[in-house]
Amino acid sequence: MAVVKLFGAWFSPYAYRVIWALKLKGIPYEYIEEDLRNKSPLLLQYNPIHKKVPVLVHDGKPICESTVILQYIDEIWPQNPLLPADPYDRAATLFWIKFADDKGYLMSKLYQTDGEEQQAAVKEWLEMLEVMEEHALIGGKKFFGGEEINMVDMAFSFVAYWLGVIEDVVGLEIFEPHKFPLVSLWIQNFKSIPVIKENLPDADKMFALLKHGREMMLASKSD
Amino acid sequence: MAEEVVLLDFWPSLFGMRSRIALAEKGIKYEYKEEDLRNKSALLLQMNPVHKKIPVLIHNGKPVCESLIQVQYIDEVWHDKAPLLPSDPYQKATGRFWADYIDKKIYDLGSRVWKTMGEEQATAKKEFIESLKLIEKELGDKPYFGGESFGYVDVAFIPFYSWFYAYEKCGNFSIEAECPKLIAWAKRCMQKESVAKSLPGQQKVYDFILQMKKHLGIE
Repeated sequence: MAVVKLFGAWFSPYAYRVIWALKLKGIPYEYIEEDLRNKSPLLLQYNPIHKKVPVLVHDGKPICESTVILQYIDEIWPQNPLLPADPYDRAATLFWIKFADDKGYLMSKLYQTDGEEQQAAVKEWLEMLEVMEEHALIGGKKFFGGEEINMVDMAFSFVAYWLGVIEDVVGLEIFEPHKFPLVSLWIQNFKSIPVIKENLPDADKMFALLKHGREMMLASKSD
Repeated sequence: MAEEVVLLDFWPSLFGMRSRIALAEKGIKYEYKEEDLRNKSALLLQMNPVHKKIPVLIHNGKPVCESLIQVQYIDEVWHDKAPLLPSDPYQKATGRFWADYIDKKIYDLGSRVWKTMGEEQATAKKEFIESLKLIEKELGDKPYFGGESFGYVDVAFIPFYSWFYAYEKCGNFSIEAECPKLIAWAKRCMQKESVAKSLPGQQKVYDFILQMKKHLGIE
């Protein structure tokens, strides 16, 4: 039987996308935790260009970039599909995955800045949430994938879970549920799915990590 | 029902060129609509309300946005002719990885080469050349990124060839000197009618970039 290995980091939303995909499809895998401050020679060998996690290794062959990995997983193991079969629906789904991927930088932009730069980050977050509310969840869908979650739901997981931790770290409330009722409902639905609920990084541990990182950053700024 | 295909585009767009090439490869008749990006049409705003950007492919009234998504869509719908994506999932994943690298690294670095001056430009130029060398290494001795036949990564990257002269003049360097295999690959692609008729001339692109620089106040 082919061996599947996943190189990840315990707090990475991108690694979690792959974990959820593999679990949803019932694929056994070996998980290897990477210390991103001290990357293993194996990781650097499998992802020499970006040197990042996640990396999926299937049959000894590495696949990098979470969205590329998820499409690969969906093609090799078609059960519980992550993407629609119809080409048009698939194109629309890929559009939203790209939209979410292109906004991922907003996480670190929010907690690694202060003052004007942070205010700009807050503005960008609100603009993104408005687009999600207005355009992505039309039709009163339970999930972006319809009745079941798909790759778009996984791609927006950073809004559903990671944003909350970051808000606590920076002491700002960016997501006001009454302003984004559709997104708010989606978040509740998404987090209640067993495979998601049972596979999320510990919030307190993440808070401590990000808080420490933020304090270091602010201290170095005032030097 | 007759197929109705419209492409909302802007002639120097690297992204628009990809869709033009894919449509031409498949022999699809379509209506090309040139957009004035300082005065976007109501159709564009309606078809791409989220980004308001070109290219937008409209197939029987329904929009597909983002160039690489359009290329994949075209490949899937008109699958009988000139396949662009490989059938093997691992090769497909490799192709998608490189297309992503082209968009994330090569495009941004190239933009910085023509948009900046002095030290910033020197750094951008160095990194841009490094990124080209990396992708040249991926090409290796294959005739195309797809192997024996022209494919997805070739479609994703060949539009940049129309901008090479502009990058070279702005950055004062020769891409051929740095990456001869890449230039050989580009010339091979340009022999294909689908590519030759989809790319604007290099001088025309350079003149456009000079106008943009003036407009942006970069001298």
